[in-house]
Amino acid sequence: MAGSLRALRRRIRSTQSTKKIFSAQELIAGARIVRAQARVEASKPYAREITRVLSALASSASLEHPLLTERQDARRAAVLVITSDRGFAGSYNVNVLRRTEELLSLLRQEGKEPVLYVVGRKGETYYSFRDRPMAGTFTGFSEQPGYADAQAVGGALIDAFTAGEDDADGGPGADGVEGVDELHIVYTEFRSLLAQVPVAKRMAPLEVEEVEEFDYEREDREAGRTGDGGAATSYEFEPSAEALLDALLPKYVTTRIYAAMLEAAASESASRRRAMKSASDNAEELAKNLSRQANQARQAEITQEISEIVGGADALVSAGADD
Amino acid sequence: MATLQVELVAVERTIWSGEASMVIARTTEGDLGVLPGHTPLLGELAPGGVVTIRTVEGEDLVVAAHGGFLSVTPDKVSILAETAEISSEIDVERAREALRRAEEGGDDPEALAAARRAQSRLQAAGQSS
Repeated sequence: MAGSLRALRRRIRSTQSTKKIFSAQELIAGARIVRAQARVEASKPYAREITRVLSALASSASLEHPLLTERQDARRAAVLVITSDRGFAGSYNVNVLRRTEELLSLLRQEGKEPVLYVVGRKGETYYSFRDRPMAGTFTGFSEQPGYADAQAVGGALIDAFTAGEDDADGGPGADGVEGVDELHIVYTEFRSLLAQVPVAKRMAPLEVEEVEEFDYEREDREAGRTGDGGAATSYEFEPSAEALLDALLPKYVTTRIYAAMLEAAASESASRRRAMKSASDNAEELAKNLSRQANQARQAEITQEISEIVGGADALVSAGADD
Repeated sequence: MATLQVELVAVERTIWSGEASMVIARTTEGDLGVLPGHTPLLGELAPGGVVTIRTVEGEDLVVAAHGGFLSVTPDKVSILAETAEISSEIDVERAREALRRAEEGGDDPEALAAARRAQSRLQAAGQSS
């Protein structure tokens, strides 16, 4: 009996110390969410402006740009998956990867060969364990992505996309590099602290998309302007509209990737905080049950000792009575 | 007096916004001054470019803007940059160090880009002092 009491006490101690780790992780993740959300907010003015500039450009220039034209018989499609570097985040990575698998099988059904680009160590291990080839991996920044990281990722994708332009008849084209014809991205959208939803989006060939529900027309009305203001204004371009479009579009794609990485980082922290919260709750519950058991064992031990003493005394008394 | 509503946004945050009387920028085509009432314009800033914003108080705000665009609409001027630094925040020593390191990098395109960035930082810092 004494042995089990000691074992129970040891388990209680270890449960309590793991609980400390979980709650520390929870606090860290909580602080990170706030910071990540602030960064999402801080990146919005740029995204809004670049969208605005691009739509102004789109309405004035003829849109003959490879990033905007749908390719005939698209054959290879790049898929960028954004996962986390560390685990301890509940179902965060599983959800993103499941969404990715859905997209991959959809692409295969359409007769396109998916090409994987992976951000985050978790996604990397997932695919390398399954022996699936990856065209590119980027790790080490999933919790706090910087714009430079988005540039590295965006650069690789745009290069592949540009190289795919002349691919023909199931082989690499004139440039000898096998590129891709479409760009997709899978990341986790941060809806609220409780809801993070994995989403898949097509980035290229792209349709210029409003970053948020930003109502230009309403803004124009409020500013007392008529319908011909805003995007419909005729601009002067320096250099030409085509050259500007060339320079702007890759930046726009990079901005979209950056925004996705920031959202994913916020989602990761939120998901980790939730997972750590329930882990520390569970640890507490476990410690409580264990200490009940330990108390019972202690009680049983005492009861046994008492009954042994009483038994012994009784034996002595009855032995004395025989005299 | 008419003023310009100016916004200077970098990818990671809004760096400055407020009213100005004039904006001077160098696009890939040449230097350009924007006064209130300017025609709507979209321009690509020259690599390693420096943008000067003359505030309503008459102060000059010199900014090193890398990889950016200038957009002038009837109601505001926006300067979009991948990274931008206001001259007063630039650490001259660090920029010199970065320039020296970048120059050692030789003809590597990354090093050349870094050298251009460092140069524009130094230029912006030098103009304000």
